[in-house]
Amino acid sequence: MTYVDAGYVVVLTTLFVFAVSLVWRERSARRRAR
Amino acid sequence: MLHDAALVCGKDLRIELRSRVALNQVVPFAVAVLVLFGLALGPDRAVLAPAAAGLFWVAVLLSAVLAVQRSFAVESADDARDGLRLSGLDPAGIFLGKAAAVGAELLVLEGVLTIGVALLYGARLQGGLVLAGACLAATAGLAGVGILYGAMSTGLRVKETLLPLLLVPLVTPVLLGATKAWDEALAGTPSRAGGWLLLLAVFAVLYLAIGTVAFGPLLEDA
Amino acid sequence: MTTVLAPAPVRSGTRSGRWRVVAVRVVGAAALAGVVLTVWLGLWVTPQAVGFGNLVRLLYIHPPMAWVAFLAYGVASLASLLYLWPRTRHRRYDRLAGASAEVGVVFTGLTLVSGSIWGRPTWGTYWVWDPLLTSTAILFVLYLGYLALRRVPGDPEVVARRAAVAALVAFVDVPIVYFSVSWWRSLHQPPTIDFTGRHLYVHGSMAWTLLLGFVSFTLCYVWLMAHRYRLAALRDAEADAGLSAAIEERRAEAG
Repeated sequence: MTYVDAGYVVVLTTLFVFAVSLVWRERSARRRAR
Repeated sequence: MLHDAALVCGKDLRIELRSRVALNQVVPFAVAVLVLFGLALGPDRAVLAPAAAGLFWVAVLLSAVLAVQRSFAVESADDARDGLRLSGLDPAGIFLGKAAAVGAELLVLEGVLTIGVALLYGARLQGGLVLAGACLAATAGLAGVGILYGAMSTGLRVKETLLPLLLVPLVTPVLLGATKAWDEALAGTPSRAGGWLLLLAVFAVLYLAIGTVAFGPLLEDA
Repeated sequence: MTTVLAPAPVRSGTRSGRWRVVAVRVVGAAALAGVVLTVWLGLWVTPQAVGFGNLVRLLYIHPPMAWVAFLAYGVASLASLLYLWPRTRHRRYDRLAGASAEVGVVFTGLTLVSGSIWGRPTWGTYWVWDPLLTSTAILFVLYLGYLALRRVPGDPEVVARRAAVAALVAFVDVPIVYFSVSWWRSLHQPPTIDFTGRHLYVHGSMAWTLLLGFVSFTLCYVWLMAHRYRLAALRDAEADAGLSAAIEERRAEAG
């Protein structure tokens, strides 16, 4: 894997994981609020 | 305000004179740090002497964190913080007073470390005016930021770990400026240190001003 | 739509609440589309650059990360100022600051990582004490300290106020850090190595892709902020409800 590929993978994966974790946290907070 | 500052400064220094915590604990810690650096970097003076300024200021920075924590630790006994709030003293004055006290302690520490650096690292002390000027300006900045952040972390259970985390990245310019100024002085070109001294002075003035304003609200809900 | 993604309880059912949800969805879709397009253009469509070869493709990622990191930090500082200012004191600004800091720290970390990955093949090392990158590293630690301060248990208003002061103090500090580090670097290293890639000749499709990169990742920031803010609002509502319930219990006990 070249450096360029590694850079793209790291950035996109991190953002994706962060986004997923956010949505998950939000849903569990909503569930608690019911 | 200045009168209140003098009162608080005097109180803090008197507590220190009687308990001698800074003298007995912080100064030896700083000296130990210098020794540790020497051990870590090897006994070769050719390596240590050029690095002397930087190592000196890192030791000062670490000790400053301890000194600030001590400064606020004396307020937590017997609800002294409430006493301070209710005493009617101008909060800006309290801030300046505590900063002055911590600053004085740090200056004494720096004096001891200067000798340490000359002895342990073989640093040739010259350009004394610049060395002293840098110490004054840097210490003023460190004390100002330190007391401000001390107020910010006081009363919290995690304050011992929070304060260093908050403080250390913030005072990077002081570390940089003081080290460079000392480097120039020790290298025999003190005239080149002017800009760095100015940076240190600006930082000190800026953060003492910010602290004067922000200390009051922070103290109120401590 | 599914009920799991219903609007936050605070504004459920209102027209503005529904519009807000739709707006966030639109931003999210646009962000995703933009990022995908940027990646496609960046990795395959755009040409190699003179002298930099394929490495220029990281240009479409790294500067946008840095931009968002500093944007987030600016937003957090502004929100903190608004929170401290008596006339605009409202918990929403505290929530905004906290949300922006959390999103910002992610982008700051990515700035450092992408800068490091750019650096390794370009200058041979993973880290050079470049003023911008070094200031970003300090900003990263400042963010972490701020987030640590926010997590401290205690009266939320006290914590919020302290955090706001910390944010503003850090805001003032970062330019000073940048200035002192760049001065320090200019003394040590004659500028034979170009750190910023200024000599990179960006034109045509490269320029458009770069612009798209900036826009897409900014949209990502907005979408992430919207969700993080909502999470903060939900948590605050939960804490308030818990407090009210506890007070009610006390009252019931007292009879």
